[in-house]
Amino acid sequence: MSDNKVIQVEGLTKMFGDFTAVNAITFEVEKGEIFGFLGANGAGKTTAMKMLIGISNPTSGKAKVAGFDVFTEAENIKRNIGYMSQKFALYDDLTVKENITFFGGIYGLSRKKIKEKSDALIKELGLDEIANQLVGSLPLGWKQKISFSVSLLHDPKIVFLDEPTGGVDPITRRQFWELIYKAAHLGTTVFVTTHYMDEAEYCDRVSIMVNGKIEALGTPKKLKEQFNAANMNDVFLKLARG
Amino acid sequence: MSISVQHISKSYKNVKALQNISFEVKEGELFGLIGPDGAGKTTLFRILTTLLIANEGTATVAGFNVVLDYKNIRNSVGYMPGKFSLYQDLTVEENLNFFATIFGTTIAENYDLIKEIYVQIEPFKDRRAGKLSGGMKQKLALCCALIHKPKVLFLDEPTTGVDPVSRKEFWEMLKRLQQKDITILVSTPYMDEAELCDRIALIQNGEILEIDTPAEIVKHYPKKMYNVRGDNMYKLIESLKAYEHQYSVYPFGEFVHYTDHRTDFDTESLKDYLKTKGLTDITIATTQPTIEDTFMELAK
Repeated sequence: MSDNKVIQVEGLTKMFGDFTAVNAITFEVEKGEIFGFLGANGAGKTTAMKMLIGISNPTSGKAKVAGFDVFTEAENIKRNIGYMSQKFALYDDLTVKENITFFGGIYGLSRKKIKEKSDALIKELGLDEIANQLVGSLPLGWKQKISFSVSLLHDPKIVFLDEPTGGVDPITRRQFWELIYKAAHLGTTVFVTTHYMDEAEYCDRVSIMVNGKIEALGTPKKLKEQFNAANMNDVFLKLARG
Repeated sequence: MSISVQHISKSYKNVKALQNISFEVKEGELFGLIGPDGAGKTTLFRILTTLLIANEGTATVAGFNVVLDYKNIRNSVGYMPGKFSLYQDLTVEENLNFFATIFGTTIAENYDLIKEIYVQIEPFKDRRAGKLSGGMKQKLALCCALIHKPKVLFLDEPTTGVDPVSRKEFWEMLKRLQQKDITILVSTPYMDEAELCDRIALIQNGEILEIDTPAEIVKHYPKKMYNVRGDNMYKLIESLKAYEHQYSVYPFGEFVHYTDHRTDFDTESLKDYLKTKGLTDITIATTQPTIEDTFMELAK
């Protein structure tokens, strides 16, 4: 596997009984790329993502993430990726600092390293005043930014973001994307799902899943040309409505 | 007026959830409350549906006072909360029957109203509600909120977390319901949905920033808006933010929406500046501000 390919997927398939949730998908994601993984509810995105992060066994096909095989090295994958979603984020009953320390420990960082990372993160996000507050008392936008930064504590090659920006105001949503750009600029690969089609435009490349298959894959510019659409929302509607 | 809200305030301990909110919704209007999580949208819905009492102010819904005539309101309105709140262990049909019976009606009596939506979930009528997909749950919840033919329909973030195709279909359904003389108050964090409403209120931190038609709200934007593009989005945003004359810099799809402090501003000078920052393929062109731009300007 070349060093530049952080995800390599070939014919990856997942069946539940007779139902094919993910149907032989094939794609690659490069180092430092922001890759948008789109699809309607029920198209198979979550199932595909679960296989890529090593928590669901594929039925067939091949996939390597961060250099590790999803069939045989799932534990290594979990250690070498970051993951953030709306549902699984931070502990509300711990302070910001305690959350950082906790997740640093989970990722196996040394005390010294955790201290370093924690200080850097608090400084970078401007969290000095709220570092000792319970996370539960913070606005959603802050939680999302902290959660994203926490998912990067162990310097993973790739971070998976599952609808990271749902529900926040437009300014906070953009601040979040600036964090994403920065991470990608520093070489972290970003794999992101979203229902905001303007966010799809922010991605370097986008794939769109329909009924378990990847029906479109390319830069936003290329997809708009291919589907003769004014924006990604139109591309999505044309594809998913058939 | 179908809904009239006068100087409503509500606090929880130290949190001011709503601060002196006033607006009116006309009969048959599709009115949108547009704002992020924590803006106070749900608190307002709960006050208007008589589930919560305001600290200050008064409100009427369908002509009834929300405190004095709460029983009448409950019979006159349909409410679809943001969180799925049907009985997970009852089937689709049982849920619908249950809500019809509670309101002293039957599915048959108002079938016309829900028909178009219900036919889409009818093939699964024997499935437990808890086992439905997100889109189907949403359709069932809407049917249950409509089964007693309410005069006013309250929809609290019906499309949050829903994909663009289902969102579009949902709004098409709302437009058709509006034709059936139902007043609709709907909340959403998606700014693009604002354009589909007759009038909207932009709301943040418990306060209304502005109320008007979507077209008028956009007209109030105080600056000339530019679409800026370059070969590297990260570098472009960083460079624009560091530019001494910048007024606002927000990524917007494939472009950055940029406004400048100066009134007479030469795009060439900005282009030259961006070139010195190492950007290439730079384009700068005027564009129309959107509701999202207006919201961000007002929320600044």
